[in-house]
Amino acid sequence: MPSADSRLRVRKQDAVVQVEFIDRNILDEANIQLISDEISRIIDQESAPRLLISFANVDHLSSAALGALITINNRVRNKTGQLRLAAIDPQIYEVFVITRLNKLFQIHETVDDAMKSFS
Amino acid sequence: MSSKRPSNSDLPPSQGSAVVRHERSQVEAIQNAIDAAMASAGYSKASLFAVRLAFQEAIANAFNHGHRNLPPDTPARVEYRVSPAEVVIVIEDQGPGFQTDAVADCTLDENLEVPRGRGVMLIRNYMTEVRYNEKGNRIEMVYRRPAA
Repeated sequence: MPSADSRLRVRKQDAVVQVEFIDRNILDEANIQLISDEISRIIDQESAPRLLISFANVDHLSSAALGALITINNRVRNKTGQLRLAAIDPQIYEVFVITRLNKLFQIHETVDDAMKSFS
Repeated sequence: MSSKRPSNSDLPPSQGSAVVRHERSQVEAIQNAIDAAMASAGYSKASLFAVRLAFQEAIANAFNHGHRNLPPDTPARVEYRVSPAEVVIVIEDQGPGFQTDAVADCTLDENLEVPRGRGVMLIRNYMTEVRYNEKGNRIEMVYRRPAA
């Protein structure tokens, strides 16, 4: 269960955990660590996590946030789970392209598209 | 934070400097001042995004790498100048300096899953010019307004 000071909105639908950020800016290292810890706890609770992270509310993110996503991806994969990213603002998507992380992550335009992609 | 206001005092300062500690409120204060100066000078949302991203990466590098072995309240110095043609941001930390060419290329296949090392690359991509002093503890970043 997310705590009262959670930086995430979390809900489960069709065996997929959907995570949405509350903050518009995911820049601050301390904040990113809290978010990363919270998502890690969600992954730990699932046997083969099916995780969808929506960026619908996000205006800015930093390389530290990208690093946290890579760590999350590794944790999901270690549990033979699936991770999808969705609803990324075009400016932020460009950051994924510049860093080539669009090749590492499965990124979908909408949450609905991402939901359909889980096997 | 010291700043210089244009003659019309309703406008945000077009330049300023500050001694900033590794506290979110202090970093946000100068970030907001740069945002306001850029918006006032008519820069686009995409330009604000680019400069914000570069500033955040550079200040994070100053604190997390430059000040790694220094007391946590060690401040960095930030200067900014915003003109209609360009935005210049200088960040100087008190660390021993680091060599940016020692940062591994994070876009190589073998490095894609390494969680760190993307900050400098993003700064270079989003800013027009990036210069370091010889010691490696001072970064000067220039963003030129794109041609319309």
